[in-house]
Amino acid sequence: MLSNVNLAAVWLTLKLATLTTVILLTVGTPIAWWLARTRSKWKGVIGAVVALPLVLPPTVLGFYLLIALGPQGPVGQLTQFLGWGVLPFTFTGLVVASVFYSMPFVVQPLQQAFEAIGARPLEVAATLRASPWDAFCTVVLPLAKPGFITASILGFAHTVGEFGVVLMIGGNIPEKTRVVSVQIYDHVEALEYAEAHVLAGGMLLFSFLVLLALYSRQRASAWK
Amino acid sequence: MTSDQAIHARFQVIWPGFTLDVDLELPGRGVTALFGHSGSGKTTLLRCLAGLERHNIGSLHFKGEVWQDSARGICRPTYRRPLGYVFQEASLFPHLSVRKNLDYGRKRANGGHKVSLGHVVELLGIDHLLDRMPDRLSGGERQRVAVARALATGPELLLMDEPLAALDLKRKNEILPYLERLHDELDIPVFYVSHSPDEVARLADHVVLLSEGRVMVAGGLRETLARLDLPTAFTEDAGVVIEAVVAEHDAVYHLTRLDFPGGSVAVARRPESLKRRLRFRVHARDVSLALARAEGTSITNLLPATVIEVADADTPAHVLVRLDAGGTPLIARITRRSLDHLGIAPGKPLWAQIKAVALLT
Repeated sequence: MLSNVNLAAVWLTLKLATLTTVILLTVGTPIAWWLARTRSKWKGVIGAVVALPLVLPPTVLGFYLLIALGPQGPVGQLTQFLGWGVLPFTFTGLVVASVFYSMPFVVQPLQQAFEAIGARPLEVAATLRASPWDAFCTVVLPLAKPGFITASILGFAHTVGEFGVVLMIGGNIPEKTRVVSVQIYDHVEALEYAEAHVLAGGMLLFSFLVLLALYSRQRASAWK
Repeated sequence: MTSDQAIHARFQVIWPGFTLDVDLELPGRGVTALFGHSGSGKTTLLRCLAGLERHNIGSLHFKGEVWQDSARGICRPTYRRPLGYVFQEASLFPHLSVRKNLDYGRKRANGGHKVSLGHVVELLGIDHLLDRMPDRLSGGERQRVAVARALATGPELLLMDEPLAALDLKRKNEILPYLERLHDELDIPVFYVSHSPDEVARLADHVVLLSEGRVMVAGGLRETLARLDLPTAFTEDAGVVIEAVVAEHDAVYHLTRLDFPGGSVAVARRPESLKRRLRFRVHARDVSLALARAEGTSITNLLPATVIEVADADTPAHVLVRLDAGGTPLIARITRRSLDHLGIAPGKPLWAQIKAVALLT
């Protein structure tokens, strides 16, 4: 079964992924809504920035985050001024990095769901006396539910699978920043293949089950 | 001058390649048809009335209330306007049952004049559908629910954007009687967008004819349809609407006599009882003219009439002749040759022979 170090890594990974997903749903919903509805010329720019982590090597993202959050970086200066210290090599820093890293996996499904709903249901709701916020809660959210489920699954799974960004910004501190992917790397370096097998196999199974759930859901809704 | 019960609307919407520019004084009751070809701006005008068209400059006064006044920076958002809107596609909320669709607006519309849900449900004949989901309804049923949902808010203004356009003829005929009942029972102004002359003739009391974003004609249904100065596109379908009373049933020949000011016509036996009011349409192409009362003809519907004016028709070979048949307007479409041979000119008395009438029920 799981050794104590492995268990700690699994627990840390789940905590990181859950927190990141919750934050991303909160932050990503308005961004996705804006991207789906706006006719602003900034739409392309913001959309591209959100999508960057899809194509950037995680080390590049991690490198810039490290500099920005570090003691000399603008964010680092702010966090020190606020008395929070510096974020790199802390769990909080890892959460911040993960939010950026997994952003497109949450924002894009939400944006697609909002775009598919279109403007009409909102207009209908307005003619039925619903204010924009009321209409968003009672019409858009229920209609976009499949998009929210997809976004949560992808955001969570992608955060669980991150490695490069974690190494750059979090290092390898047990129970603070040593997540499963880093732990596997450690085991392999130390030639502890049996330990590595347990975690790697677990990740493989987890990823497969997540994607299976996602694709069967899409199939089911396509049939409906 | 704006009377307190009227609706005064002035809108300007400018898009690339299309401009809507209207200034209308609309009646505060009855059914007003916004009529015109696609692209004429009817739907845009309706959306301006609802406050759904954001990029419009103008003003809207509804029965003394200011709903929009761009000069003063006032525009009441749609959800604060006591109106009902029926979209071309029913647009029911797919995640809510019929009952919850009806409740959605009704619960939010506090104030206004409350309507009984039972009455609305009965009026549109949807009581057996209440627990169904929208995807289990036919097109006609969906549209009836959409009308009921709009009415359930107790609106002071009902806007309908071609509610029948997405339906086939059978479904249209299924829903039209319900719309006619609305016309008879509702005491609020209804604006009805349509490009179907028959729908307009059947439902409307007033007509606003739009073409390329401008108002061509606005006025009462009968006077407007009998005008000849309409764009050529409409004269193809020229004709008048006559409101008549069922006067007599002839059991021997299976005919029904319909009386109207200035005369009567006989039509194939109708199921309506005596004294019922009926509307029928007489197309200009179904009216021919004779100098004397024709004898020995199979056409039995003959009316004495006086020529009011003559105008160009849709082809150079034809003309439209507007007639007054004892108070009822008529339009005849005849050839230019006949016009000259018969010496037809304003003021000339003659006989109008009606070959066919289209009953609008």
